[in-house]
Amino acid sequence: MDQPVRHAQHTIGSRTPLVDGIDKVTGRARYTADLPFGETLVGAILRSPIAHGVIRRIDTTKAKAIPGVRAVITGEDFAAPYGVIPIAQNEWPLARDKVRYRGEPVAAVAAVDEATAQAALAAISLDIAPLPAYFAAADARGDGAVPLHEKKLGNIEREVDHVFGDVDLGFAQADLVREQTFHYAEVAHGQIELNAAVAEYEPERGRLTTHSVTQVPYYLHLTLAQCLGMDSSSIRVVKPFVGGGFGHRVEPLNFEMVTAALARAAGGAVKLELTREECFLTHRGRPETDIRLKIGLKKSGQITAVDCEIVQRGGAYGGYGLVTILYAGALLHALYKVGAVMYRGFRVYTNTPPCGAMRGHGAVDVRHAFESLLDSMAHELRLDPFALRRTNLITPPHRTLNDLQVNSYGLPECLNWVEQASTWKARRGKLPRGRGFGLACSHYVSGSAKPVHWSGEPHAVINLKLDFDGGITILTGASDIGQGSSTLLTQVVAEVMQLPMQRIRVVATDSALTPKDNGSYSSRVSFMVGNAALRAAESLRRVLVDAAAKRLEVSPDDIEWLGECARVSGTDRTLDFAGVVNAALADAGTLTVKGTWSTPKETQGGTFRGAAVGSTAGFSYAATVVEVVVDEDTGAVRVERVWVAHDCGRAINPLAVEGQVQGAVWMGMGQALSEETQYHEGLHLRPNMLDYRIPTIVESPPIEVHLVESLDPLGPFGAKEASEGAIHSFAPALTNAIFDAIGIRLNDLPASPDRVLGAIVARQREERLRRAVAAAKG
Amino acid sequence: MSKRLLSVVVNGRVREDAIADHALLVDYLRDTLGLTGTKQGCDGGECGACTVLIDGEPRLACITLTATCAGAQIETIESLAAGGRMSRLQQAFHEKLGTQCGFCTPGMIMAAEALLRRNPRPGEAEIREALSGNLCRCTGYVKIIESVQAAAEA
Repeated sequence: MDQPVRHAQHTIGSRTPLVDGIDKVTGRARYTADLPFGETLVGAILRSPIAHGVIRRIDTTKAKAIPGVRAVITGEDFAAPYGVIPIAQNEWPLARDKVRYRGEPVAAVAAVDEATAQAALAAISLDIAPLPAYFAAADARGDGAVPLHEKKLGNIEREVDHVFGDVDLGFAQADLVREQTFHYAEVAHGQIELNAAVAEYEPERGRLTTHSVTQVPYYLHLTLAQCLGMDSSSIRVVKPFVGGGFGHRVEPLNFEMVTAALARAAGGAVKLELTREECFLTHRGRPETDIRLKIGLKKSGQITAVDCEIVQRGGAYGGYGLVTILYAGALLHALYKVGAVMYRGFRVYTNTPPCGAMRGHGAVDVRHAFESLLDSMAHELRLDPFALRRTNLITPPHRTLNDLQVNSYGLPECLNWVEQASTWKARRGKLPRGRGFGLACSHYVSGSAKPVHWSGEPHAVINLKLDFDGGITILTGASDIGQGSSTLLTQVVAEVMQLPMQRIRVVATDSALTPKDNGSYSSRVSFMVGNAALRAAESLRRVLVDAAAKRLEVSPDDIEWLGECARVSGTDRTLDFAGVVNAALADAGTLTVKGTWSTPKETQGGTFRGAAVGSTAGFSYAATVVEVVVDEDTGAVRVERVWVAHDCGRAINPLAVEGQVQGAVWMGMGQALSEETQYHEGLHLRPNMLDYRIPTIVESPPIEVHLVESLDPLGPFGAKEASEGAIHSFAPALTNAIFDAIGIRLNDLPASPDRVLGAIVARQREERLRRAVAAAKG
Repeated sequence: MSKRLLSVVVNGRVREDAIADHALLVDYLRDTLGLTGTKQGCDGGECGACTVLIDGEPRLACITLTATCAGAQIETIESLAAGGRMSRLQQAFHEKLGTQCGFCTPGMIMAAEALLRRNPRPGEAEIREALSGNLCRCTGYVKIIESVQAAAEA
């Protein structure tokens, strides 16, 4: 009873290294390809050399006859097609009947070694009758174009037509109306870990275990059951360490189902590792996008109306496509107060690798268009870009025109900080030619308020296990893919229970152990799983307080919970943690308590078609200022410095939030400056890390981060998302800065040296022509 | 496919193995020795994730033939923590969040290790140059630079 009282721990708000960081820096962390499985077969995939065609025959006879080949499969070996969206499932793990892009998987083998597997692939003969193929959205939509999919005339996967308010009136009330078109190259996630899966099939029991690189083990679990025609209770999905995702691994990916089907066909264990080239072909990146945008402004800068049309080249299959085209409209305008909005969106099927979700899903390109046109119109109206934004700020709680709920809004503070930190007022307009400043704002969801697979169950569930060793184990289906979610959950539980983090372990994402979770995408984990962890910890704390009260023979109201110790208020009677645990478990045995969380109804969006996309329980906000130097002789753009303020509600782990914000800004920079995929007749021309130009450490600038804590009323401890909000504002801040530097607006990204130089040369030509005409007239 | 007996020193241990002429060092380390800390993130020489030290110099294990390493001293990420302590670089990458997903981290730390051995107090430009062959997709490199600086000052 005379134990020294340990003081309460505070973990929320402290800069906390990752709970699995030591594993990563020592090389002990095991990723999928590192796992020891004993003897496994080698899986390999045969891919279509044709961009669009009818499969007449796949002859696997010779491949099957090669010694050491244990399985050869085709599309006929699957029970059903798949797709991440339940209403758009039109993809087979291996193509059936038709191929729709160059590099699409058509057959697969499992063999005793790599050389035998490759020999088997070479021995498969394909007979594919080519069809006309379309590599641009405009061609796929053209008259008489052959539909890639049945019942999809004009190759339109999804058309969106949304009108909110009186758009004609809004433009009539405007003092300045401007319209501009924009073009964005397709980009890819480029996570450094190559895709890999290991599937073990037990023929005796008819059970499958799959280890994979997935961000959402639950989607993979559902899809494996569906494509293999198995009961999902016979399948176990485990997510080891994952080397980044950025959206690439949200959807179940063809190679994961292929590996499982090979393991079943071979009756054993199969490991399938994709090359970097195959990772690019698996794709699911941000689509090539064309935007036409019209904005009406009052002289004050007030936005009276917005009219936007977007065409996305979606690639060959549905995937996330309809969500991407809906996000583009939903997040077009909702960070400002606007008078009226019209949005038309077209998601188009083409004979290119399927696009999907990528960090800032659907909203990055449209944010560039919007913030660029605002900047250009501010220039025309002689308004400061900050002043224009401030004219259109909203006051929470606020319902946007498209029925999105805003409960916290730190954008004003974000603007204030980047303005001051960049010394905008003192320096802008006084910089030498070739050097410029640009501003842009952005926002993003903290998880989709309505998940895609949902029958009304809680959005997030956390189990906490307390055992006789005095340790607490967090059992979660949330995938830590490097963003630090396991650390965040540990901090939340430690804070509520006032315990040292050392006492807490995390077991993440093994479907045999952890509760179902919707996974790591749309920045949902901090908000949703964080809330579930908060509630689970409160519940376990109540159990411990009650047990201590019983043991100390007082009312629970008389117990002061000091974390490692319970004390009877106003006395020196205490029970140490071991005693509390013993009291709690003596009668019940090992305990598991649960915490759940769901989004409130009012955050789930409106009732119009497509209203769920964009709805969230909490929006993050960001403002970014970029300083650039442009070399007018070469077109090279160098980012000198970036200042970014991000409203994350509350920084549960400021160290990790900073890291997320820096990573988001930098990924935005890659897309803005150098990254683009490229195809020739459907053949990927840049399927490697040299031709697909991810910025190196040499061209990456200092990124100064400021965190704004707006304390969201629904977020755990007020927290909102931190990983995606800031990616959107980089590209427009960059091109606005390029305009400030050299007076040229780049509406075609990336702003690679050839494009910048092209724009400079075009302007010089125009100036010469103008002078010549003037001279001729004069 | 001919094989020859090869003797190398990996993380201080003498190894003798029959090595195929075409065997890559990354596969030898990972598959034969089980040293999976060395990662492969590309199809050859693109990303730097497989950086190891061969006789003290940073080299890409994914484009190095194992057969060329006869008699060499090879160091991988697994060699750095000694006596129950992480190295200064490992400590700094952990505490300063120079690692997020962690996949580029072993290569990044080995490239930085080579730098600090030849230049214990590198300037920022020297750090950038030394790590220019190592891609990271998570951090934007800001905290990687801070980590190397912190290790140099420790």
